[in-house]
Amino acid sequence: MSMTAAVGYAHADPHHIGLVIEHPGPAPKRIVTAYGFWIFLLSDIVMFSCFFAAYAVLSGQTAGGPKGSEIFEQRNVAIETVCLLLSSFTCGMASIAADVRNRFWFYLGMAVTCVLGLIFLAIEFREFAGLVARGYGPSRSAFLTAFFSLVGCHGLHVSAGVLWLLTMMAQVFAKGFRADILRRMVCFALFWHALDIIWVAIFSVVYLLGGGA
Amino acid sequence: MLGKLDWSAIPFDQPIPLIAGAVVLVAILAVLVWVVVKGHLPYLWHEWITSVDHKRIGVMYILLASVMLLRGGSDAIMMRIQQAIAYQSQGYLPPEHYNQIFSAHGTIMIFFVAMPFVIGLMNLIVPLQLGVRDVAFPTLNSVGFWLTATGALLVNLSLVIGEFARTGWLAFPPLSELSYSPGVGVDYYAWSLEISGVGTLVAGINLVTTVLKLRTRGMNYLRMPMFCWTTLASNLLIVAAFPILTATLAMLLLDRYLGFHFFTNEAGGNVMMFMNLIWAWGHPEVYILVLPAFGIFSEVVSTFSGKALFGYRSMVLATMAICVISFMVWLHHFFTMGAGPDVNAIFGIASMIIAIPTGVKIYNWLFTMYGGRIRFETPMLWSVGFMVTFIIGGLTGVLVAVPPADFMLHNSMFLVAHFHNVIIGGVLFGAFAGFEYWFPKAFGFRLEERWGKAAFWFTFTGFYVTFIPLYIAGMLGMTRRMQHYDVAAWRPWMLVAAVGMAILTIGVICQILQLVVSIRNREALRDRTGDPWDGRSLEWATASPPPVFNFAFDPDVRGEDAYWDIKIHARQQSLEHEEREYHDIEMPRNSPTGFVCAFFASIMGFALIWHIWWMVILGGIGAFATFVVFAWRDHDEYVITAAEVARIDRINLEERRSLVSMAGAT
Repeated sequence: MSMTAAVGYAHADPHHIGLVIEHPGPAPKRIVTAYGFWIFLLSDIVMFSCFFAAYAVLSGQTAGGPKGSEIFEQRNVAIETVCLLLSSFTCGMASIAADVRNRFWFYLGMAVTCVLGLIFLAIEFREFAGLVARGYGPSRSAFLTAFFSLVGCHGLHVSAGVLWLLTMMAQVFAKGFRADILRRMVCFALFWHALDIIWVAIFSVVYLLGGGA
Repeated sequence: MLGKLDWSAIPFDQPIPLIAGAVVLVAILAVLVWVVVKGHLPYLWHEWITSVDHKRIGVMYILLASVMLLRGGSDAIMMRIQQAIAYQSQGYLPPEHYNQIFSAHGTIMIFFVAMPFVIGLMNLIVPLQLGVRDVAFPTLNSVGFWLTATGALLVNLSLVIGEFARTGWLAFPPLSELSYSPGVGVDYYAWSLEISGVGTLVAGINLVTTVLKLRTRGMNYLRMPMFCWTTLASNLLIVAAFPILTATLAMLLLDRYLGFHFFTNEAGGNVMMFMNLIWAWGHPEVYILVLPAFGIFSEVVSTFSGKALFGYRSMVLATMAICVISFMVWLHHFFTMGAGPDVNAIFGIASMIIAIPTGVKIYNWLFTMYGGRIRFETPMLWSVGFMVTFIIGGLTGVLVAVPPADFMLHNSMFLVAHFHNVIIGGVLFGAFAGFEYWFPKAFGFRLEERWGKAAFWFTFTGFYVTFIPLYIAGMLGMTRRMQHYDVAAWRPWMLVAAVGMAILTIGVICQILQLVVSIRNREALRDRTGDPWDGRSLEWATASPPPVFNFAFDPDVRGEDAYWDIKIHARQQSLEHEEREYHDIEMPRNSPTGFVCAFFASIMGFALIWHIWWMVILGGIGAFATFVVFAWRDHDEYVITAAEVARIDRINLEERRSLVSMAGAT
């Protein structure tokens, strides 16, 4: 082996400022898991942004069908929004309960979150079914295509969230507050709150802007 | 019961796909029988299929890429032969078959050769370079690999059951809409990319988290090897770009399956939206592929020049600049589609700006070589070949980034030559350089140099003989994807390109022979030190192949080129003689989750393509059940005792010590 190269080529502090902070080593598992899931959520938001972009492009293309202001019912949307925002609060309560390992409050928080999520889904489903029944299904016009896809994609996420929520409760029931289950709980909470953020955007972009026009 | 599937799906009247499919089927069955008869099945299951070890998964990714390279290469050979003989004649491939071949060639080469090859190398090497024991999410890593394999399986299934897309590798609507492509081809295309896209996204999340959160003590950001930096940039792009692909293909599928109107001509659908969305993914994709290759060249050039990388910080900056700018140039893929002069000018300038950080990189590699003790071993040959080739490809790229020039060259063979110039000269040369460079690390023996050099020279020459004529044909006005043509001036260039293809094929054969010869002579080529190239980064600090836990002790990093530093300060020797206290190591347990998950994904994908709805539900339930079972397991780690760690580590130390003492004796 040739080891003749000059020493001193590789400093983390080439200008001798004296401000080098040594990296302490791999992060603990809880951080790694939550961080990775957070990156997944960012990618999920990128996916939603495509559907938002499609909606922005197509929202005027009604092809002789109804406009947004003719089909949106502000009252339903208000109830949906309240349900979802409230469910974020109860989900937060469940997270706190999990952190202090209180089973009763954990189950209660999760159960209320689940019920609120189901109410949200039921209202959304009724809205969709009503539109389809009136002949305003997604294949009626490009506007309705984009509307159903964007809102439906969020609805599918909430459905998956409810399924995950029930699995979480079952895991805690069967296994207790084990470290790996608590890590999953952190991820679930992140997921649920992210869905709220996306809903706020849908509420503003689709229902508020579209309802006025 | 079976949806759209019946006997007419098997192309009995087309001998080429049928024979090819039969040969592949026989080969797979033969391998399976051999594995079962020889009793290798338990070994394969426990050590590879269910493995969550990043090194094993990396090797499997590269194996998948190599096999698919042969498939995509066969498509290329068929196209070159077709265009060589189809002057004023129909050639030997009917149009509907030819269209499937160029679509499959592009899809396979990008998604199932280039992607798995670079992801495989990143998987294999990055945790070692960072000095850690595994990636952030080992089981998810396995899931990602197997979902990629599912995508590859579905694409190849289309060879014998049904058909593949005839729409080109990006399936532009309205051609890819149901009214113009009523067959299952586009569905095969879209579902296999949806499934493998999820796999890629998982790999991206995993590697980003690994680089950002799992680094050994002292591995500050500005001490990471260049390959880790380019891995970070490339995987950030995966996380930001692949969801766009997923969403876009989902929209296309909604149009096709449920009568939506995203991209249709009717009811207000917008075709240009597909162009924008698909290229908002498609252009970053180019950099997802080439950035890791840049990282490989950085490692190889610095190792084989015996010098630290010139301009490390400017290299980091250039990498991250490319990472950001790559998202701002997508429109240059459709200058001719009516965006107007102002928009075209902005995107043209942005595209040319990308050449600046790339140029910085080229100069850094050149200055790394300048004044170094250069060893022209195979990885270095690929690197130098890359620099020459990539500069030509980059220059033609700057040329087509000029909108007026692009109006002349758009959709011509010039463009085909350009992107092959950068993808073969950049990504494939990089993949081969990485393959030759890290093979000894993965398997514990070197590859035979003679065949490797032959492979390089044939591929290098063959590349130019194939693609320079395509540049010329493009300037003579030849458009891409022509099944036949009547212009006499193009003919000679097509013949030359066919000769080039033959030379390239010899290159591939040399590559295969190199592998065979090396495996046969592996005792003679054995690398006992773990450091066959006099390397500089931490992957060379451990044995070849590395033990499952990579490092017995977390390495301490004090600067760039961590292992070189260790060697120079000869800390290695002094530490080796100290008796260190070994500790138990916890490693993640193997899991069949990835394989089972991909099994259900394959069933679901196939059922979706053929509209077999009960099977879709079955697959969905199976996939969910797999997750629940995985979530329910109680022990996800096992312990390697300190005594075992000590035993494994001491063997390696012994080897290294005896080598050092031997070196002293001579």
